[in-house]
Amino acid sequence: MLSIVEAVLGGAVRSSTAVLFAALGELIAERAGVVNLGTEGCMLTGALGAFAVTAATGNPYLGALAGGGCGALLAAVHAYVAVVRGANQLATGMAVTILGLGVTSFWGRSFVSTQIQGMEPINLPVLSSMPLLGPILFQHDPLTYLSMLLAPVIWLFLARTRWGLALRATGERQEVVYSVGYSPTMIRFAAVVAGGFLAGLGGAQLAVAYTLNWVENMTQGRGYVAVAMVIFASWNPLMAVAGSYLFGGALSLQLALQAQGVGVSPFLMSAVPYLVTLGVLIVVGRRRRQAMPDELRAVFEGSRG
Amino acid sequence: MMGKKRSGFLVSAALGLSLLMLACGPASPAGDGAASGTTTVGFLFVGPKDDYGYNQAAYLGSVEMEKAMGARVKVLRAENVPETEEAERVMEGMINQGAKVIFPTSYGHLDPALNVAKRHPTVTFIHQGGLKTAPNLGTYFGNIYETVYLGGVAAGKMTKTNKLGFIVSFPIPQVLMNINAFEQGAKSVNPNATTAVVFTANWCDPGKQAEAANNLIAQGVDVLTQHQDCSKTIVETAERRGIMSVGYHADASALAPKGWLTGAVWNWGPLYTQEVKAVLDGKWAGSPMSGKYRLGIKDGAVDLAKFGAAVPADVQALIKAKQKDIIDGKLTPIEGPVKDQSGNVKIAAGVKPSIDDLEKTDYLVEGVIGSVPR
Repeated sequence: MLSIVEAVLGGAVRSSTAVLFAALGELIAERAGVVNLGTEGCMLTGALGAFAVTAATGNPYLGALAGGGCGALLAAVHAYVAVVRGANQLATGMAVTILGLGVTSFWGRSFVSTQIQGMEPINLPVLSSMPLLGPILFQHDPLTYLSMLLAPVIWLFLARTRWGLALRATGERQEVVYSVGYSPTMIRFAAVVAGGFLAGLGGAQLAVAYTLNWVENMTQGRGYVAVAMVIFASWNPLMAVAGSYLFGGALSLQLALQAQGVGVSPFLMSAVPYLVTLGVLIVVGRRRRQAMPDELRAVFEGSRG
Repeated sequence: MMGKKRSGFLVSAALGLSLLMLACGPASPAGDGAASGTTTVGFLFVGPKDDYGYNQAAYLGSVEMEKAMGARVKVLRAENVPETEEAERVMEGMINQGAKVIFPTSYGHLDPALNVAKRHPTVTFIHQGGLKTAPNLGTYFGNIYETVYLGGVAAGKMTKTNKLGFIVSFPIPQVLMNINAFEQGAKSVNPNATTAVVFTANWCDPGKQAEAANNLIAQGVDVLTQHQDCSKTIVETAERRGIMSVGYHADASALAPKGWLTGAVWNWGPLYTQEVKAVLDGKWAGSPMSGKYRLGIKDGAVDLAKFGAAVPADVQALIKAKQKDIIDGKLTPIEGPVKDQSGNVKIAAGVKPSIDDLEKTDYLVEGVIGSVPR
């Protein structure tokens, strides 16, 4: 029984990694005042880029890097149109996702039946032999470890560094950033591209570390779950970890329960991340809304395009 | 396979473009096909042609038909055709290029095909799996549960833990029939065999497939099978985790040299050839093909994939014998008495249900672990 619990929770961690990467990326962009609904598209390009490069070179690490690069590249399109040219962020983000889906479906065709050698799980010395926690947290692929480390690093970056302060200030009141001599446009551009890189890494984890497959539209809405996760997490990277594992755990648990004969609806479970996010927005709306970067409020409430 | 919605606007755009290029290409003797003795036949696939799944099987069938018919046909193919009005545009495009026979091969292509069929009464439409017909639109399908039953026999013989796993998509009758047939097959040779079922609520989400597979393996399942559109991830995951697999849709034995047992696969080539030949010879209208045409293992429309190295000769012989019994009509994969999970008799002893009855299946048989999501 214990081994099943370990397997379910361990599986939850590994299957949540893609969403966690994307959520952290989206969080960076949103803290700078830009919503990137193109996250889904960035994940897809990341997944295909990683898979293609892994197939060509046999090196999944190189593949993951390429996946991040592809995500960053697509995010740069969003950054250019929405930040530099000032187009509507929500519309641009949707267009970027559709673009990502289109190009990856088109270029990805020849990879559908390709077999690759992906990233193998690595058991961390000492830690992985801890009872319970070991198998749940420390027997994963390297990208999963990276995602765990990334959250506190991003938190420290935002809270404790000069650049993090500038990024947050851009998200709160860009005039202030102007007045001290930074370019809010450049900061936003950089934040969106960095976020795209992380979304690309998320896609890469799905393709070359978790499933070792490429299939058209394989992210199946995980990018949107990531966007919802950022709101759920009140723009806090550590909360994003908790949220991602909670949703991943719920998904993993319902699959495990089904196999045990317990009747849970997989259809309802697929809707849960969005239902919870809506619930969060309604119930604790006011308090959470305080956490929302001010410049983001402008996007959602329509005073800025 | 069924009810899949692809949101790929750009996919469609790319497809439209490629059709346009096809249309502008030099090799399009449009329209005058009949005069020159060559008939144009169009195929629509909902996904890519090499997905180790539903679409690959249909694609291979179209290739075989093309070979068999030789110079009498010219074949047009369109992959990744969504189940929307986009499918109508693709079919209209094919008709513009002179297509006289069209195979829309996905369940959701049926309504678009019915619309186009009404506008083009001289074009014959042959739809895969549909439950509605029109004067110039017939449907066909294979009774694949017969071979899924044989896959269950293989799994029941080979399992050491007596726990089998079945990863499925949606609780539609065809899916439930396959689960039931698999468990009936396993039980026929191993009364202790149970089949745990997981619904992913998706036709092809590799992430969920991998997760479902890992969860089942953690619970002691040592043979995995599936009813999903794309089969590669599950077969590969089973192989990596050192357990056995029974395939579905297409032969994926190359992906699992150690754990592959066998698989239930489509063999559309002969059926496609028969249909096209009948249309060309003017014998299609009024034949069973112009209605709801259903073929089984004895007609060769569904088949077993080749056995993996893991399957010993005596098990292979047993399965071959059962296959022959089905072909000879001595064995019916699903026949009474059949009880559901709570022990209610669903099919009385001695009753052999018709395919129409089976296509109404809404329950899981005794020995299946899991429930039908409502």
